Amino acid sequence: MDPSPEPDPSHEPHSAYPEGAYPEGAYPEGAYPEDAYEGGHGPYQPHEPGYGLDQPGYSPYEDEIPDAQARMLAIKNAKAYLLTTSTKSGLNLYDHLATILTKILDEQPANTVDIIETISQDVKWAQFRKKMDTLRDEHLIPPTFEAAEKCKALFIKEAGEEEPEELDEEMGEPALPNVMETAFYFEQAGIGLSKDECYYIFLAFKNLISVQPIQTCRFWGKILGLEMNYIIAEVQLREGEEEEEEREEEEEETVAEEEKEMGEGEEEVEQKEKEPEPPKSTYKPPPEIPKEANGTGTNKYVYFVCNEPGKPWVKLPPVTPAQIVCARQIKKFFTGRLDAPIVSFPPFPGNEANYLRAQIARISAGTHVSPTGFYQFPEDEEEEEGGDTYEENPEFEPPPVAEMVESLAMWAHHVKGILKQGRCVWINPAQKSEEDEEEGEEEEEEEEEERQEETGQPLLTLISEDEGNLRTSTSAGVTNTIQKATLLRCPRRQRQNFPLSQESLRQQTPLWKRSWLSRLRRKKP
Amino acid sequence: MEALSLPAALSLVAGGGAGLSPELRAALGASLPLLQRDYRFERVWFWGCIQGVRGAYYIAQGLGPDRAAPRSRLYSLNCLDWSLLTAATEEMLALAEEVKGRFQGDPSFEYSLAEINPEHERVPVMKEEARLIATIEQIDRAVGIVPRGAFVKTPLGSVHENRHFEGLSLVEAKKLSSYFHFTEPTNLKNKTLLEKADLDPSTDFLNSLEHDIPQGSWSIQLEKGGSVVVLRSLLWLGLTFYHVPMTKQFGYVYFGTGEKNLDLPFML
Repeated sequence: MDPSPEPDPSHEPHSAYPEGAYPEGAYPEGAYPEDAYEGGHGPYQPHEPGYGLDQPGYSPYEDEIPDAQARMLAIKNAKAYLLTTSTKSGLNLYDHLATILTKILDEQPANTVDIIETISQDVKWAQFRKKMDTLRDEHLIPPTFEAAEKCKALFIKEAGEEEPEELDEEMGEPALPNVMETAFYFEQAGIGLSKDECYYIFLAFKNLISVQPIQTCRFWGKILGLEMNYIIAEVQLREGEEEEEEREEEEEETVAEEEKEMGEGEEEVEQKEKEPEPPKSTYKPPPEIPKEANGTGTNKYVYFVCNEPGKPWVKLPPVTPAQIVCARQIKKFFTGRLDAPIVSFPPFPGNEANYLRAQIARISAGTHVSPTGFYQFPEDEEEEEGGDTYEENPEFEPPPVAEMVESLAMWAHHVKGILKQGRCVWINPAQKSEEDEEEGEEEEEEEEEERQEETGQPLLTLISEDEGNLRTSTSAGVTNTIQKATLLRCPRRQRQNFPLSQESLRQQTPLWKRSWLSRLRRKKP
Repeated sequence: MEALSLPAALSLVAGGGAGLSPELRAALGASLPLLQRDYRFERVWFWGCIQGVRGAYYIAQGLGPDRAAPRSRLYSLNCLDWSLLTAATEEMLALAEEVKGRFQGDPSFEYSLAEINPEHERVPVMKEEARLIATIEQIDRAVGIVPRGAFVKTPLGSVHENRHFEGLSLVEAKKLSSYFHFTEPTNLKNKTLLEKADLDPSTDFLNSLEHDIPQGSWSIQLEKGGSVVVLRSLLWLGLTFYHVPMTKQFGYVYFGTGEKNLDLPFML
């Protein structure tokens, strides 16, 4: 082996020699002074850390003060320094460190050294709250508890309620909708509210039915708003009750009209005494199209809304054609408060309750579908184009799922579409103002009437006959794509007790992709 | 949302009507851990679902040790087989802004840009996959949010979850300033010195929501009787963020059509 100063990796004591540490030939082979210290460290070289610590008085263990008394004094001084109270916060470092170490030893988090600063901060903040607050904190009752109380109230039956068995005997069908069942089917398709919320809604429906005289009731859906949401129930009131309400509304209207007339009479008297006024405009606004009667067309159903299950239900007013026409032209978010104004252009005639009702009408008319043949026109009535009623077809044979998915002709609307006028059944607005017209004008208007009369598609048209983009944005799909076990038919209404592995959706409520999304936010179909 | 807490999280965002069928949920529960194993992600987030006309895309994100690094994104049509998406480029983002309308549901579908804008002679078509990548990137940049204090920035620059984050208090949870965009901050330097003095550089290193334009593009609601705070974006309809105050649970998910709501200023 040549005596080179290069380090031999196989025989290297603990310290590392930089090159050139030893001049060539300074030491004969095997006689490096380090070799004498086998297994230990040789004398430290100036370049190595630790150099000089072996000298007396400089060893790390000799940092202590040799004199015992002086040492105790030094310890006391150090402790006194640590115990000095901070002028700003009233804490001292000694207690703070003690608390930190206690906390760490208690909790024993992993990688403590990385989070030591955060622990220190947390301990400080905890200290602050104890010492600086001389006032007792007001016991805050978070709104969580109030809401929980309301939900609990839903579960409790009111005293004196009729037993459910009696109700079933009186009425033909149970009015309470089976919300949980529909929720199950929708969950299979990936849409729907959580089960808890569905149950609260179910209980809220029970309350609604006990308060209002309701014949049939259905969970229409939920509309999200900026501050609060709306839960909507589609309801048909019992016939006697509706007439009473109509009478009440008419009375209110006549009272309002009388007041207006009285006001006008007074004004006219005043005007005669004043100077001649500038010419009044001869503009007559187009006659207002009357809204449809309760129980027909767009007002076929009555809608109740509440913000959350547990809150009281509010009835929405019937919708007018003017509101529907305007709702088609605007796009606004709902705030969640029914009395909020709608600021838009063109100005919407009404507040948020009216806008909500108009959107509900548009959505229902555009998207409520059922399998073709499930509903049929009643046989005793002639098939008029304006037929508004339909009944279930007892001989309905559900087609196989694959057919229902592929062709849109298997689905039909069962709600009448809304015409451009804003109603389901066209009405000639000229008939109202007959008293003021001359004969010539009447003739002209009759001609216009022929051009303008609008007809919509009759009830139960297939959705494959929808115009334009409606067809391309509606699609059907199966809920279960992976398991191709058996292709089962869609269940009849009666056989709904057992869920099937492949099923198409329940008939009444719309499922398809454009419709559920358009329910969430108001959108133009 | 975290893949591990998927079932609980889905029930918290179900108030918006969006959810997954039990079949897909089960499939995700099986396939997301496998993703984590195969791609060596530290965290896997289920990003959400973009609904197309004929099908839906389910998106997952994988995060590495630095949570603020560009994330890997994967998509699937059935929640079982996942394909990696490439990173988004600025050109893709610019082109995606011009394509309007719903996604088709078929990743190989091509949008002909020449019809939309005759200037695009160089790039006549845009594939739906590229549009998907660009849309996800835009949504994350614009409305991907986290609560304040949930992430800390180390002095070395990397971002980690804050193990001391115990959740926002109920009062803080209702304020927009307690939530941050989880992207590169743009307007931190514009704050006045007075504001900067109150900030803690380890937790306040992101843009907060209160300076979003237009104002009011977030809807904050307390659901389930005040026990969950849900934020919904009005700019990208369908993005829902949930947080249970005083706990560590939070996350966001997107269930929507992948279209930006350009009518927002008129709708407010």
